[in-house]
Amino acid sequence: MSTRPVRREYYNAPEMSWWERSYLPEIVRGLSITGGVFMRNMWRWITLRKGALTTYYPEETRADFAPRNRGKHVLTQRPDGRPQCIACNLCATVCPARCIEIEAGFDPADTAHPKSPIRFEIDYSRCIFCGMCVEACPEDAIRMAKEIPDFPGGDRTDMWISLPELLTWHPQSDVAKPYPPKGGPT
Amino acid sequence: MIQDLVVTIVFISYAIGVLMTFGLVLTWVERKQGAVMSDRIGANRAYLRIPFTQVKLVWWGLFHGLADGLKMLVKEDWKPASYDKLAYAIAPWVTFAPVLLVFAVIPFGGTFRPAVLFEGVPAIAAWFGDRTYPLQIARLDAGLLIVFAFGGITIIGAMLAGWSSSNKFSLLGALRAGSQMISYELIMGLTVLGVILIYGTVDLGAIAREQSGVLLGFLPAWGIFLQPFAAILFLTAAVAENKRIPFDLPEAESELIAGYFTEYSAMKMGLFMFAEFIEIAIIAALFTTLFLGGYNLPFMTDAGFVLPGGKTIALSHGVVLVTQVVVFLAKVFVMCSFQILVRWTLPRFRYDQLLRFAWKFMFPLALVNLCVTVLVVWALRSFS
Repeated sequence: MSTRPVRREYYNAPEMSWWERSYLPEIVRGLSITGGVFMRNMWRWITLRKGALTTYYPEETRADFAPRNRGKHVLTQRPDGRPQCIACNLCATVCPARCIEIEAGFDPADTAHPKSPIRFEIDYSRCIFCGMCVEACPEDAIRMAKEIPDFPGGDRTDMWISLPELLTWHPQSDVAKPYPPKGGPT
Repeated sequence: MIQDLVVTIVFISYAIGVLMTFGLVLTWVERKQGAVMSDRIGANRAYLRIPFTQVKLVWWGLFHGLADGLKMLVKEDWKPASYDKLAYAIAPWVTFAPVLLVFAVIPFGGTFRPAVLFEGVPAIAAWFGDRTYPLQIARLDAGLLIVFAFGGITIIGAMLAGWSSSNKFSLLGALRAGSQMISYELIMGLTVLGVILIYGTVDLGAIAREQSGVLLGFLPAWGIFLQPFAAILFLTAAVAENKRIPFDLPEAESELIAGYFTEYSAMKMGLFMFAEFIEIAIIAALFTTLFLGGYNLPFMTDAGFVLPGGKTIALSHGVVLVTQVVVFLAKVFVMCSFQILVRWTLPRFRYDQLLRFAWKFMFPLALVNLCVTVLVVWALRSFS
């Protein structure tokens, strides 16, 4: 006489009706769900909308960043295009990660704002996105956009962002991947 | 005689071209369809740049198949310290070649009559005379038997690969592949027996021609309406035969790394993958021929449409030929897409479930289906 091994009784053992246990109807149900999602997304694609929930990474940023999300830094500009920054170094001083480096320049011709940065660099490999630089700034010269700085780098030296980028973030553009193509969310 | 040779060479190159294209495109379809089904974007980074311009052709990532092929061709062809180098080297080919050979007996169109098609060019018409060619490479009356014979050879490829790799995972995968494929091959054979009984032939061309009739006055006489259970069982067994999810136990990544081709790298591994993708197309072609009316639209014959009301629409030979070839490819593609839908929907079986499913669920069902078919066919033949 053979003895069956003592099996543990599970408190949440699945209970299936004979309909579920006959396997094929449930398979058909599953296939209709996945097939329905496929058809829906293809229909959206045919009608020039986007079906996928994911994004084309560097070209497309997520639409659902909170408006006050602390993302990449932006240096504001005066009407003539020069940075609002007066190179007072308050942000570099308050920065807990010590990732801001500023080199001040002097322009005697500009009597109103003689001091301005000739070098303003942020090391994004160390930045902790605390937003203290924005709070410390007396001139509203540095702000944080809600988008995150999209730049993959192979080396930590690639993670430095300097004045031109901080004034105008030029997204990397590639003619092969124009996305979003037609009136989609940016 | 030379005409036959020319036509056969054209057919063979068409078949190989179609299969290779399907193999290449299905790698893309599999990724993209799986992505769309799960709300993702899918492969979209490979592109061809037109030389000297910045025009990059992305085409929804269609070139990923080419990129994959190129990558596998230039990768290092690493060989394990195997004790049987010959078996190791020929295993991918033993898997790959039969898959291509199976297509030889599958009809991909109706009868080609050169004298009618080239009426306007008397030289060609006279050269061909009154020869006719069914669009099928090998017109064998043992068609289905050939399919099963070659289908059986792929098992040997998988087992050779696993055994000669001198790797535990490979050997386990090969053992699983062997028992699984033999079990499901039996079920495939049993389900097809019903179709053979109804049509009274194993010649695939004849089976396809039989299906252009009318059933019960309104249905096309397709195998799927005559043998619905056999169709479902056949498709299931065929997917299991191809070792794809939910039956991919021989290469279950989470248990066996890659199963019987763990030790294969570069294009040898690529051959296994390519054979799998071409086999998707082969299964789709077989299913189309046996159950979906082959290359014909419903109610269509080589002469044109014969609608259920008795109304006939005659079509010219060229129109019929093009329609049949296109319809066959379209049906095959839809069936491929369905197999990919299954692959991205169902989770993998456990191994004991797999064999129990084969022997305790599908095997009795196939037998019952066969018995009922036998009784009905016998009753119809003797009482009518």
